[in-house]
Amino acid sequence: MGFNIYDFSGMTHNMHLWFLERMSPTATTIVEWTIIGVSYMLFVALFGLFLVYAERKVCAAFQQRLGPMRVGYWGLLQTIADFIKLLMKELIMPKSADKFLYNLAPFIVMIATFLAMAVLPFAKGLQTLDFDIGIFYVTAVSSVGVIGILIAGWSSNNKYSLIGAMRSGAQILSYELSVSLSLVTIIILAGSMQLSVVVESQRDAWFIFKGHIPALIAFVIFLIAGTAETNRGPFDLAEAESELTAGFHTEYSGIKFAFFFLAEYINMFIVAAMATTVFLGGWMPLHFGSFESFNVVMDFIPPLVWFFMKVLGVIFLIMWFKWTFPRLRVDQILTLEWKYLLPINLINILLMSLVVLTKFHL
Amino acid sequence: MESSALLLFFITAISLVGLALVFSSYVPPTSYNTAKFEPYECGIETIGETWNQYTVGYYLFAILFLIFDVETVFIFPWATVMREVGMTGFIEILIFFAILGLGLFYGWKKHALKWE
Repeated sequence: MGFNIYDFSGMTHNMHLWFLERMSPTATTIVEWTIIGVSYMLFVALFGLFLVYAERKVCAAFQQRLGPMRVGYWGLLQTIADFIKLLMKELIMPKSADKFLYNLAPFIVMIATFLAMAVLPFAKGLQTLDFDIGIFYVTAVSSVGVIGILIAGWSSNNKYSLIGAMRSGAQILSYELSVSLSLVTIIILAGSMQLSVVVESQRDAWFIFKGHIPALIAFVIFLIAGTAETNRGPFDLAEAESELTAGFHTEYSGIKFAFFFLAEYINMFIVAAMATTVFLGGWMPLHFGSFESFNVVMDFIPPLVWFFMKVLGVIFLIMWFKWTFPRLRVDQILTLEWKYLLPINLINILLMSLVVLTKFHL
Repeated sequence: MESSALLLFFITAISLVGLALVFSSYVPPTSYNTAKFEPYECGIETIGETWNQYTVGYYLFAILFLIFDVETVFIFPWATVMREVGMTGFIEILIFFAILGLGLFYGWKKHALKWE
């Protein structure tokens, strides 16, 4: 089994053949599904914990504090300790809550998260599913999560939860438009919705450079709308601590609460990964036209490292938003979407198609 | 991998949440207290029904969303074949956008975009 850090498709193909030699096709499928499932589970759990730790450290840095320092070296084990604590807490079923829906909500939120993760290309060959409608699929699936949020807020029989869920519904519905329309701008440039093709066509230059100003505008709109879609500050009305206790997950305790929390952070990762894949070249290294020696050095860095460097950069930007801007009011949020982002987006799509038609792009 | 592998992600998510819930509902110590199961609002006992009618101030937004979401479904295929259909497709989508923009402008002037 050859192991190539720059191209995983050979490795996965060899693994598939190795299993087929020893087992029946059905058993091979089962073993492969188990491997994929367990690795996605581990990735979600560990990366979620890491993101919570990173958020607390970033927040602390912005407020000139140290953040968690006691558990482990530089507080590295803090979130693991928190996770164990949450796992060992009693699950409370509030009186007069709708029991079935109350238990269903964490499942729906996590299913939406996992389904959106299915198509993300981590590196060449490290992609589980490669639909030809990849981008459309991600926008469709990531908005399923709002159903979980609405169910959670309604079923827990708490006025704050209900208000939080309703706000979150209005917000996610509105910003979904901007997310998909800003992605359309890049689809025009790429001519395909398949994520592997989108990444592959950014080999010479990333789309954010290729598409000139329209691509840049689309990137900014995508970041704003993506932040709003994940219910993060400054758009975190659904869980505004100062007015709504904890919003839609007020009544959830222990590990159920942890799943809502985890889903929020993994959704942030999905937004960052989509921004990376569609605008910043996915796992493609940074290339400057005919600057050969520079390009060769950049090629030396493995694609996986490139992908995570870009993703963590975008995540840092999103965290920066949260700790810098004050929270918006609900009418301000809807005004921003309907009166600014949507018209700008529509004009931007026309601009981009003009750029493509006149072959002005790189 | 074919699209039946989507089932895998359903199973993964359900088993992750399910295993943790099963663990958490049997292992941790439990205690009983009547106040614990009350809705957690602000310390005082809750007044009135929770599941009453909610002022849906954004039903107009919901309708507008529906219009624009359907529009997005039309734009996605156009965007994919943009290069092939060329100038003809561009002029057609221009007309499409003009009609939509007119609708948005009308809603704007009618104060439909204002949160009441």
